[in-house]
Amino acid sequence: MRATFFKTLEDLYKEKEDIFVLTADLGYKLFDNLKIQCSDRFYDIGVAEANMIGIASGLALSGKNVYCYSIIPFLVMRAYEQIRIDIAYHNLNVKLIGVGGGFTYGLEGFTHFGLEDLALMRSLPNMTIVVPADPLEAASLARLSYDYRGPMYIRLGKTGEPTIHNKIPEFKIGRAMLLNEGKKVALFATGNMVYIGKETANMLSKTGITSTLVNMHTLKPLDEEMIIQISLAHDYIFSLEEHNIHGGLGSAMAEVLMENGYKGCFRRMGIPDKLRNCIGNADHLRQEYGLSPEKIYERILKEIK
Amino acid sequence: MNNQSSKKCADLMHYEIISKKIRRTILDIIFKTKSPHIGPSFSVVEMLVALYFDYLNISPDDFINPDRDRFILSKGHACATLYAVLAEKGFITKDDLDGFAINGGILEQHPNRDLSKGIELSTGSLGHGLSIGTGMALAGKIDNKPYKIYVLLGDGELNEGSVWEAVMFAGHHKLNNLTAIVDHNKIQALGCTRDIIDLEPLGEKWECFGWNVHEIDGHNFEQIFDALNSLSPEQPNVIILHTVKGKGVSFMEDNLLWHYRAPDEKEYTLALKELTG
Repeated sequence: MRATFFKTLEDLYKEKEDIFVLTADLGYKLFDNLKIQCSDRFYDIGVAEANMIGIASGLALSGKNVYCYSIIPFLVMRAYEQIRIDIAYHNLNVKLIGVGGGFTYGLEGFTHFGLEDLALMRSLPNMTIVVPADPLEAASLARLSYDYRGPMYIRLGKTGEPTIHNKIPEFKIGRAMLLNEGKKVALFATGNMVYIGKETANMLSKTGITSTLVNMHTLKPLDEEMIIQISLAHDYIFSLEEHNIHGGLGSAMAEVLMENGYKGCFRRMGIPDKLRNCIGNADHLRQEYGLSPEKIYERILKEIK
Repeated sequence: MNNQSSKKCADLMHYEIISKKIRRTILDIIFKTKSPHIGPSFSVVEMLVALYFDYLNISPDDFINPDRDRFILSKGHACATLYAVLAEKGFITKDDLDGFAINGGILEQHPNRDLSKGIELSTGSLGHGLSIGTGMALAGKIDNKPYKIYVLLGDGELNEGSVWEAVMFAGHHKLNNLTAIVDHNKIQALGCTRDIIDLEPLGEKWECFGWNVHEIDGHNFEQIFDALNSLSPEQPNVIILHTVKGKGVSFMEDNLLWHYRAPDEKEYTLALKELTG
């Protein structure tokens, strides 16, 4: 997904002279072509995330369309105050590209996980948050993000994500994607959990439960209309995210459902708000934290009995 | 030569008169609103007067000119000086000044970006301005723009690690269109800089990172203009201003209290007397 995003951005970079790409010394080989094409619009700022955000802001205030890249905790959390004031408050045209959503970095451990980013970014006025579900969505988003003027946080995985779509999907920022229509049970998923939602839906269908699956690729602005519309026809709603259970997709949906009087059963599925010393790759960690298709399937069956 | 130096002398006196007026405005708006930060506002008066009344290529009639020089008050808590100077230069009105630090007002106790008022950047959190100025300087170089960037930092602000991230980057990339100005009044929020985080040897630190360093008396116009007129065309420049916190009012000078306290009626009268005539 990271490769398709940057391949598309690379094509745009050739055409659009206002694109600047900054990295805080991460992304081995990722930017080699950018550097060759136009080295004075690509900068390795050094291992200095706060400075990267400040420089991006200065460039954006000078009319540039700036992309900043790093691993999520370093990009979002190390430089959060710079993001808050310099980018969000000034409403600048800076795109923050975070890699490693959720457990992507697996065996590299907790320091590299992106577990709280959505909560942090959701609370910033002016910030748009988009989480593509597969490499094709990531490529579409790279193009869409260029034309979008304003602060945007893009949460990517890294490599090897399975594809959701057979062809380039119709992708609109702020408009959720209905992937499957079923009855009674609806799954709302974001990012890599869309594929896991799809797997879960397949398992459910084998037991005769046809479920609705919605790809919530944009967390902000949230497609409230879609949530309300689906809520009217479903007794059970589940949110799926690889993020702390607080503050991400599930919390955002709970706000909408509660405020609109949803009477059915709503459950959030995310990472429990509890630190555990658990070692493994992303698949292993999902299993451990109850986010594998099997675990989600079991929990859904339990809820709807 | 003599003619030149007598003209220069007259100019310097002119700037000193303006500085007194600016200090009276600062005193007024801070006294009226019981606002903090009169001390760190007084220490930067001469520098802002020099920049706005002589040096910067900016005008209230053409405030969005993309080729204008950019001034960033990274030590945003000294905004009373910025507002007083902007009012004197016609960027903002007396009504704007009357709207300082009041409910439903116009100007906060830290600056908010508003180009129509000549305010380039929202500041108040220390350690942001130099990185942003660096980004502006980078854009200016790539676009071959003539403008220059000036960023005024406090000495306490230099405790922020992000400042040194920007110092390293600008030095490495030889951003000769960027000038940092350090208000070295030697007092930060809880005491003397030498007791909290000793900055010395401050000039050498910047020099090591590839900056051209000027260390001057920050209240001496002759030295300020000499520094501004001898900036290196090869490297980023830093002007370290040796200043006095609370400069201009005897009982406020070099006293941490006036980082926080606003003068009462009696102190206001005394201060005004010192700043008049």
